[in-house]
Amino acid sequence: MSDFLSVFLAVVLALLVAPMLQKNTDTVWANLRQITFVKKNGVLVSTYLLGAVFIWVGLMIVAPQLYMVDFSFRDGAIGGDPEAYTLKNYSYLIFGRDSDENLFNLLHLQIFLKTILASVGVTLLAFLLCYPIAYYLAQSTKGGTTRLFLIALILPFWVNEILRAFAFRILFGSSGVINVVLMGMGILDEPIDFIKADIAMYAGLSYAYILLMVFPIYNAIESLDHNQIEAARDLGSPWWRIHYRVVIPYAKPGIASGCTMVFMLSAGALAVPQILGGPSSLWFTQIIYDWFFTGGDWSRGSAYAFVLLFSCIIFVLAVMKFFKVNLGELAK
Amino acid sequence: MSSGVDLEHVTIRFGDFTAVDDANLAIRKGEFFSFLGPSGCGKTTILRAVSGFNEPTEGTIRINGSDMRGIGPNKRPTALIFQNLALFPLMSVADNIAFGLEVEGVKYIERRRRAEELLDLIALSGQGDKMVSELSGGQKQRVAIARALAVEPEVLLLDEPLSALDLKLRQHMRSELRNIQQRVGITFIYITHDQGEALTMSDRIAVMSAGVIEQVGDGSTIYNEPETAFVASFVGENNPFYGKVVKVDGEYAQIQNKFGLLRGRNTQDMSVGDSAILFVRPEALSLVEGNDTTPAENVIESTILAEEFEGPSIHIHMEGDTEKRISFSVSNEGKGTHLKVGDTAKICFEVNRAIVLPEGDLADE
Repeated sequence: MSDFLSVFLAVVLALLVAPMLQKNTDTVWANLRQITFVKKNGVLVSTYLLGAVFIWVGLMIVAPQLYMVDFSFRDGAIGGDPEAYTLKNYSYLIFGRDSDENLFNLLHLQIFLKTILASVGVTLLAFLLCYPIAYYLAQSTKGGTTRLFLIALILPFWVNEILRAFAFRILFGSSGVINVVLMGMGILDEPIDFIKADIAMYAGLSYAYILLMVFPIYNAIESLDHNQIEAARDLGSPWWRIHYRVVIPYAKPGIASGCTMVFMLSAGALAVPQILGGPSSLWFTQIIYDWFFTGGDWSRGSAYAFVLLFSCIIFVLAVMKFFKVNLGELAK
Repeated sequence: MSSGVDLEHVTIRFGDFTAVDDANLAIRKGEFFSFLGPSGCGKTTILRAVSGFNEPTEGTIRINGSDMRGIGPNKRPTALIFQNLALFPLMSVADNIAFGLEVEGVKYIERRRRAEELLDLIALSGQGDKMVSELSGGQKQRVAIARALAVEPEVLLLDEPLSALDLKLRQHMRSELRNIQQRVGITFIYITHDQGEALTMSDRIAVMSAGVIEQVGDGSTIYNEPETAFVASFVGENNPFYGKVVKVDGEYAQIQNKFGLLRGRNTQDMSVGDSAILFVRPEALSLVEGNDTTPAENVIESTILAEEFEGPSIHIHMEGDTEKRISFSVSNEGKGTHLKVGDTAKICFEVNRAIVLPEGDLADE
């Protein structure tokens, strides 16, 4: 398997070194200096920048992912042939019922579908929670108050994710604050099992990525000229139409950016579903985790992880296409 | 339809700051009415109160006779044109214009038809499908006007809409605005710090200073018959001469000034002993040539500080009784002047062209 990595590195090095070998090094340097990027930043800085970007993107992101792609097409099961390429890791997700290979793997497919749909739900919930906050901060508060609110939003995120998830467990537990209050007010006779019903998990996921939703939307709305809101109001518009016709179209790149991040991270979350999920329901990432660490089948784990990754990417691109958002706008 | 707007004892405070102090006004139906004043004088605050974006702390605003208190900007029969126009950048020109109709639930075909009509009115026929960013400054201006007119307001409020345009376009838009107002026949309330705009376009003008309406009148009244020192100094050029009133006879008053006794019209019932400022416009001052023709009164002898050659006329600055210089123009007779900087010269003015007003703050230069 390490031969794969060596091939990868060999190709990269060949691309870098080959030109140097063909001509003498002086001409290579002279040519390099002609490149605008090198001219503008100097040899040292440009070497550093290119080197850093290469190490980050090439070595730390692309190479391991390619490694995993390679993994996912091999037979990693105990007793299997590790050198042979196969599609069975992927087909297992669809037809992987041990008793009969022709039946759908309903369990895993259901969990996969649930993960995607629930992530959409979490994203919508986070959007509904965050849009009013972002709008209020961006348009209705002034300097000092805005900073105070933003700090109040940021500070809880210094507490690590696992601790926050456990705090939610306490809040939503059968003798937790929420049940106690609801019962004390006489609304409930007996505690609701929020954890079994996955309510705690959805709440925890929505809360976990709230900042990633608030900030892009806040940034987008902040640059909206307040006069436009007043102009719409002056022309007779009720508040909801102002949002629908003026604010949301303007904030669309920010909303898209926030929703994409929350969706991707929710679908890929592990800690929160692990801690807050009900005992009988699994998140797709938990199955991946199990393949890697309990099942010991990295190949199958990789295959599952790629299915999740590509499904999410395709889903996001489709939604962006539907709402007419360009990929470039996400970085605005 | 058109409506009058009445302000009755309108006071607007923000915390301790009084932005508008006891404003009383009756703006007539179909009138082009301007609020003129330096920035921060409260004119925009009044406009926002009429449009409904803020409520008067005290007093009543009536549009067409009915009290507007508690009625939001989206429910008032007014439309506001913002200083920066606030067109919606993500909508086409036609959608911008038809936004108010869309709000009213007018069907698309009908909205489109109305937008085309308004585009004809503002001479932008057939440009409805363009985006706002494709228009020039003057075109955006006209689209903003069309968007406001689309909802058929009874009162159109304009907050310095021409200030972002260059001089030539601004002058062109002045007559255009006036034209549109006469065609649609609704009340226009116009806010500006540019006296040229106010004087050329308006039926009547309210001059404001520090939250107070100093004077209301048509252009020539404001210019020729100012009632306060602020109005006299803010509208057009004026030369102030400070002094105490020493004599009042009939409709004239005489003040004792550093340059001697000066006499002017006494429109504000000043009495002997009052502190006063006598104002003379530059165009009312003339040079006294030769000793034998010296007039009997209102002669000022002072040092020439500077001369500016402007082509058709020559601008002359003389030392005044305060730091402010006396300035006036002489017409270019083709030979230049015989005056030199540092010389003393005599100037005079006719008694009917000077006005004696109670002492008060002048407008900043």
